[in-house]
Amino acid sequence: MKVKIYLYTRFERFWHWAQALLIIFLMLTGFEVHGSCRIFGYAAACRWHNLAGITLLGLSAFAVFWHLTTGQWRHYQPSFYNLRNIVGHYLIGIMRGERHPFHKSQERKLNPLQALSYLFLKVFLLPVQLLSGLLYYYYNDWVSWGVTARLDGVAYLHTAMAFALLLFLVVHVYLTTTGGTLLSYTRSMFTGWEEVED
Amino acid sequence: MSPQSNWCRCTSCHAGYGWKDKKFDFTSQENIDCLVCHDSTGSYRKFPTACGHPAYEDKKFGGKDVKAVDLRRVARNIGPSSRTTCGRCHFYGGGGDGVKHGDLDSSLLKASKALDVHMDIKGLNYSCTICHVTKAHQISGRIYSRPAPNKHQLALPQDDGERLACESCHGLAPHKKEPLLNGHTDKVACQSCHIPFYARGGVFTKMWWDWSTAGKFTDDGQEIVKKDEYGNIVYHSMKGSMGWAREVEPEYYWYNGAMTYFREGDKIPGPHESGRSVALKINALKGDYADPRARIFPFKIMRGKQPYDPENRTLVIPYLFGKKGTGPYWGDYDWGKAAAVGMKEAGLPFSGKIDFIETEMYWPITHMVAPKDKALVCEACHSRNGRLASLRGFYLPGRDRWRGLDGSGWLALGITLMGIVLHAGLRFIGSRRRGGRA
Ligand code: HEC
Ligand code: HEC
Ligand code: HEC
Ligand code: HEC
Ligand code: HEC
Ligand code: HEC
Repeated sequence: MKVKIYLYTRFERFWHWAQALLIIFLMLTGFEVHGSCRIFGYAAACRWHNLAGITLLGLSAFAVFWHLTTGQWRHYQPSFYNLRNIVGHYLIGIMRGERHPFHKSQERKLNPLQALSYLFLKVFLLPVQLLSGLLYYYYNDWVSWGVTARLDGVAYLHTAMAFALLLFLVVHVYLTTTGGTLLSYTRSMFTGWEEVED
Repeated sequence: MSPQSNWCRCTSCHAGYGWKDKKFDFTSQENIDCLVCHDSTGSYRKFPTACGHPAYEDKKFGGKDVKAVDLRRVARNIGPSSRTTCGRCHFYGGGGDGVKHGDLDSSLLKASKALDVHMDIKGLNYSCTICHVTKAHQISGRIYSRPAPNKHQLALPQDDGERLACESCHGLAPHKKEPLLNGHTDKVACQSCHIPFYARGGVFTKMWWDWSTAGKFTDDGQEIVKKDEYGNIVYHSMKGSMGWAREVEPEYYWYNGAMTYFREGDKIPGPHESGRSVALKINALKGDYADPRARIFPFKIMRGKQPYDPENRTLVIPYLFGKKGTGPYWGDYDWGKAAAVGMKEAGLPFSGKIDFIETEMYWPITHMVAPKDKALVCEACHSRNGRLASLRGFYLPGRDRWRGLDGSGWLALGITLMGIVLHAGLRFIGSRRRGGRA
């Protein structure tokens, strides 16, 4: 028996997709600034990358506020319960068509593996990337701040995080295809409703 | 080459009448020839070998007629300095139009906007002195404090006037459309972006001068003069081989406005650590990335080969002009003899041995500012093999990366994608077996 539950609120969905677009755009422009590709032209890539970065920073500020005020942050509380079975499911069970060992609900919409990886994304990857980006953006003011460091360190950190985010994105997008149908998870991220086994 | 022992020739520019020997007082007012700068007829010109004197009667030089200067007409037309008067020395440095500087040649007299936005005759039409503001005859020179070479003798009583820079008029943040550019002005000189090529006016500038090949004559003893298709001399028995270019891309170096000069008598540094000899820098630029006053500046580098004394490791100062038989190179064509006389005159030791060493001379490029739409695009520098490719020691976005990091990043991406393909394949096979259920 399947039932539909409302998992993702309007703000959450807006935030998710805006963030997704911004991150993909930041990757394209960022790798152009880095010299790995040529798409928009260097001047445009720099300009748009800066703008998108600042926008993502603003969006993230709203998201943090939202998580705190709505209590949604609780979904990201790390839990190791059943973790081994969940990993096993993705590695083997899924090939056999077994049921997902985690039961989604409005109280706990992320399985422990998701909660852990999103937590890592939100408290480590994104903050480090946004802060190193901000530092990079204000590079010309370092002298007046008394910072004598060179650009290298910040640039390497920013590049390393960019690669980490790229890997995250790729795996994340692939895992969206593991729902009832290939697109069912994607659909629920648009509608907010998800069909789960009762 | 140095003016020592060649006074007559060099003083055609290094102003003054009658500089015959080294006892002449360079700093005396009376000895400054006023007319070079103040003649507005355009006819006052010094005769090349007349020790700073103009041609008082018609003469021949280098096969060309040189008309006597009508001094009375000149005297009646004393006027403000102009591009013509300043250019008389500065355009013809090194013995010909545009030879030395590369950014100062006679094409500036009738500059178009494409050649120089400031001296454009249909536009701003600046004379040299609009930028080189003169106060009581002290023409302002380079930015920052550029110590003059040894007791640098100038056309003017002293050369440490007010310093001039593009920023004096434009400020440090002249870009409104692209604010990112203003973030560059602390590390990249305006000239680096705004003079994409020098010698753009059609006049060739000398890039290479190899003295070691001089002194060859035809079998019957005639001088050899070879010219390229544009009429530039590429070989001359008197001077050796030469290379010319126009529309040249500058080379870029950190520069804080100061140079050190290799002087006659200085020891030539030995071969490099790698065991290779590197070219001797006649003038070396000061400043690097860590120096807050240094910026990336464009240069013309004049390369060549000059005679030196391999034993004492000094450059030799050959005696060039003079009566045949007394040892002048341009007469007897014997480097050993010419060096012996020249070095004696300069009071320097000479071993009697002569060899040739590669030399480099750095000329800052600062004129021929191109219209704004011709300024360098970002990719000229921010790309793997851009104009700054060989300028190391700092991180330049788009050019630099940590290969290990990028390599691991792309490798990890590749492995992840392969894992996904494998996973998806197994899922697909599994679902087929189960009859199409996910
Ligand atoms: C290196 C070039 C140069 C030489 C040589 C030179 N002048 Fe000048 N002179 C200038 C410049 C530049 C000015 C500023 C006005 C102008 O653009 O003509 C000037 C201005 C003047 C003025 C106008 C007053 C002033 O100070 O603005 C007088 C008078 C003058 N010079 C006299 C002389 C005399 C006399 C001599 C020879 C002793 C001489 N100059 C040599 C470049 C030169
Ligand atoms: C008689 C020849 C002569 C004339 C005419 C002349 N100069 Fe010079 N000028 C020299 C020489 C020689 C030097 C020193 C060598 C050098 O640095 O190129 C010099 C140096 C300079 C420098 C300083 C370069 C530095 O190293 O800082 C400036 C600027 C300059 N001249 C501008 C002018 C201007 C502007 C005029 C016209 C008003 C002018 N000159 C006319 C011969 C001349
Ligand atoms: C738009 C302003 C401007 C005009 C016009 C101008 N200059 Fe300059 N010039 C500069 C600046 C700025 C520098 C200093 C560059 C530096 O920082 O070393 C300079 C440097 C020089 C130097 C010394 C540096 C070198 O290249 O070796 C000479 C010589 C010189 N100018 C001669 C001239 C002459 C001759 C004219 C006229 C034909 C002229 N300038 C016109 C701005 C100008
Ligand atoms: C990194 C390269 C770069 C450097 C360094 C640079 N510029 Fe520019 N500049 C440009 C480009 C590209 C343009 C054309 C785009 C624009 O107008 O913003 C330009 C435009 C200009 C303009 C025309 C602006 C307008 O809106 O009409 C002026 C004036 C100018 N630069 C002066 C300077 C001066 C002075 C400096 C040194 C303080 C300097 N530039 C340094 C690249 C540079
Ligand atoms: C004596 C003052 C002065 C100095 C010094 C000066 N400029 Fe200018 N420059 C001007 C003026 C005036 C304009 C014309 C501004 C306009 O058209 O709005 C101009 C225009 C320009 C432009 C715009 C040209 C265009 O396409 O419209 C550039 C680029 C520029 N300058 C670069 C430089 C650089 C580089 C230097 C240093 C080598 C320099 N300027 C030194 C006065 C100066
Ligand atoms: C003449 C070469 C040159 C050109 C042209 C040039 N840059 Fe740069 N750029 C540099 C150098 C050198 C640095 C490093 C400065 C440092 O480390 O302080 C730099 C640094 C930067 C940085 C990072 C540091 C900062 O200031 O934020 C950005 C972003 C940048 N450039 C963007 C651009 C853009 C956009 C353009 C074209 C509109 C451009 N550059 C054109 C030489 C250039």
